[in-house]
Amino acid sequence: MSERAASVTPTEADEQDDDQEQITDSAAPDAAADTGPAETTDSESAPVTTGAEAVIRALENAGVEYAFGVQGGAIMPVYDALYDSEIYHVTMAHEQGAAHAADAYGIVSGEPGICLATSGPGATNLVTGIADADMDSDPMVALTGQVPTEFVGNDAFQETDTTGVTTPVTKDNTFASDSDRVGTDVSEAFALAREGRPGPTLVDLPKDITNGETDAEPDAPTTPDTYQVQERADPEIVAEAAERIENSARPALLLGGGVIKGEASEVCREFAIEHEIPVVTTMPGLGAFPEDHELSMEMAGMHGTGYANMAITHCDTLIAVGTRFDDRLTGGIETFAPDAEVIHVDIDPAEISKNIHADYPLVGDADTAVSQLAEAVDSSPEATKWRAQCQQWKSDYSMAYDAPDDAPVQPEFVVEALDEATSDEAIVTTGVGQHQMWACQYWTFTEPRTWVSSHGLGAMGYGLPSAIGARLAADDDQEVICVDGDGSFLMTLQGLSVAVREELDITVAVLNNEYIGMVRQWQDAFFEGRHAASDYGWMPEFDKLAEAFGAQGFRIDDYDEVADTIEAAVDYDGPSVIDVHIDPEANVYPMVPSGGDNGQFALTEDQL
Amino acid sequence: MKRGLDGPAPEERPTPAGRRNKQGIRIDPEVEATHQPRRTVISALVEHEPGVLSDVSGLFSRRQFNIESLTVGPTDDAELARITLVVEETDPGIDQVKKQLRKLVPVISVRELAPDAMRRELALIKVDAERPDQVAAVADMYGATTVDSSPETATFEVTGARQKIDAAIDTFSQFGIREISRTGMTALARGTDETTGPSPADASVSAADEANQYTETADDD
Ligand SMILES: Cc1ncc(C[n+]2csc(CCOP(=O)(O)OP(=O)(O)O)c2C)c(N)n1
Ligand SMILES: [Mg+2]
Repeated sequence: MSERAASVTPTEADEQDDDQEQITDSAAPDAAADTGPAETTDSESAPVTTGAEAVIRALENAGVEYAFGVQGGAIMPVYDALYDSEIYHVTMAHEQGAAHAADAYGIVSGEPGICLATSGPGATNLVTGIADADMDSDPMVALTGQVPTEFVGNDAFQETDTTGVTTPVTKDNTFASDSDRVGTDVSEAFALAREGRPGPTLVDLPKDITNGETDAEPDAPTTPDTYQVQERADPEIVAEAAERIENSARPALLLGGGVIKGEASEVCREFAIEHEIPVVTTMPGLGAFPEDHELSMEMAGMHGTGYANMAITHCDTLIAVGTRFDDRLTGGIETFAPDAEVIHVDIDPAEISKNIHADYPLVGDADTAVSQLAEAVDSSPEATKWRAQCQQWKSDYSMAYDAPDDAPVQPEFVVEALDEATSDEAIVTTGVGQHQMWACQYWTFTEPRTWVSSHGLGAMGYGLPSAIGARLAADDDQEVICVDGDGSFLMTLQGLSVAVREELDITVAVLNNEYIGMVRQWQDAFFEGRHAASDYGWMPEFDKLAEAFGAQGFRIDDYDEVADTIEAAVDYDGPSVIDVHIDPEANVYPMVPSGGDNGQFALTEDQL
Repeated sequence: MKRGLDGPAPEERPTPAGRRNKQGIRIDPEVEATHQPRRTVISALVEHEPGVLSDVSGLFSRRQFNIESLTVGPTDDAELARITLVVEETDPGIDQVKKQLRKLVPVISVRELAPDAMRRELALIKVDAERPDQVAAVADMYGATTVDSSPETATFEVTGARQKIDAAIDTFSQFGIREISRTGMTALARGTDETTGPSPADASVSAADEANQYTETADDD
């Protein structure tokens, strides 16, 4: 260990020496006299003296409690300032994990999650997590170290054009260029990550800027003047949309992730229930509406329920809230809700008519705009027949699966057992693949901010680090369950070291099929069963691996072990891993092939 | 064991009659309406700070917007710069361009210019100077000014609408063109009509109704 700490490359060491000189140069005696020891002990009120302190002060002012990251040369001044802060820093095993943890923290808490990394590889390792947050509009602030300004552009050691690399995957990013201004840069980044349509922001912090002397306290977190958000939807269009709803024979509500981010679950629930409108959700919208309610048609899209896809395909009025009509939801555009007039509520004007034309564009905050709609709708649509039809579809296309005793454990059964063993408030995180889809389909979500997944980016490896972030954002009595795949878990399982060290109570259930299962399923359906690079053939024993990390390991091979093992793992106070050996040939249905017609979902492989 | 789920097979299910076109607009399947791309000029007022230009150009490549030219230059306010873009897109595409541009944090306002807006390009044209009289006559015809001359070459500056410059280049080519450098288009709205809306709230972003075609009149005022 000490060997590693000592093995600083010559360049890095030189650079540090340089910086040290700078500090001694600039830390003039009068500055030292200003801040006596009595004042410095009180970190709340001690004035900032460096750019790095201003960065941390900006986070403190914004109410930040946790940060996730990995140390390194260029970010060291920021960490040094963090050392004196109340902000609790979780040292992650990999920067990708830091970004995913921050992302999940943002999803569960609604406040931007913070991740830190050094320049070069630290920053590039963050990129997957930043891209994920960008696709899913999750609030996150990434702070990256950068080589000193005078080296920028010279291919210096660990120099990467981080703002260049991250421009396409951030809501906004900034290259800090002034120690007096850097605190405010961070405040602004925080505000931008949270306000309007949330998303990841990044501030790149050259070492001379963070080391530089300043007494400039950061401004409060506010967005720049150029950034404007429309809260209220156009009342005229609201009135027209309301009239359309009143006269609709086959209305459906489609609730997306924006409903949860916009804290509009409550008003959407009330609206749906008052007017008895069937509710479909997108994948990020899971939890926006209770799936155990009669009106719930659950999730639509590629692996959505048959009844959700029937409802969306046959409705005549689609009230879509906070969704960007991703292709995994719509299938082929030509056949997406082709008879429906679309009422589209979104806070981002650019989402209106981007993929699906909005007949009633309602740009505004989800909570505000749906409240406006609720107020404007005077009478419920007469849709008794339609509701009966929806119920009929629920039984016609039931999600009931076959699970004979003599067959290997079916994954759906495991997901249901996990759901059963935990409270309604339990948080579910996932990797990407079949297991993720089974989690969507067979967990009954009832509460917002309990579903944490990589939707738009589909990043394997998301599950464990996001469980770490979710754990720190969640209430103590909320269980955190990571439903992972064997392949996805392998990508980031070094995060177990963090979970053990930080004593985090999380349960990882690895649905182990020793396959890149989702790929194997597609190969069987579309590539004549040629399993190119999808059959792992060998997997480590995850329960033993967990034990080696200091976590509690469990293993399930048979049905009769499922309930008891899950109970023991969930009860264990600390990180536990259940290696669940499921039927390797199990497939996810229903399925709408890419670009297909949602109404023509396949229920079996031969229907594809 | 049985794999998959029960339920009516795809062919047993009712299917709706409607269809949408590629832009997600409901259409009559009999008469599929598609939008034709058109060329238009978009002017954006932006904060004069590093990175804005790459933000804007990156946006265009990332979202596959068809862009013909992009020019950027300072304004009377040192803090602000103006970017003029010529794009060729369908109406919904142009709407997206405007909205996506407006979403960039350093972008203050975005406006699609009316067809009668003043539009100018500049070209430097270096030709062989073997027939100086004839070259001078052509230059005169296009109001080109001489920027440089040497025993073998003559270089002219032409400004005007794109068509005029195309025509000038075409005519000069008889003397043998050595090199050409052209700017993209820069433009301003006419008269009291402002290229930049007074407020950053820029109503014109949502006003997709400016469906007025930008016709390629070689207006030279
Ligand atoms: C980082 C990353 N690499 C590759 C993929 C492509 N991919 C999608 S699903 C999948 C299989 C995932 O395997 P596993 O985690 O075991 O899940 P399973 O489908 O078996 O449940 C792969 C490789 C991806 N989504 N993300
Ligand atoms: Mg697998």
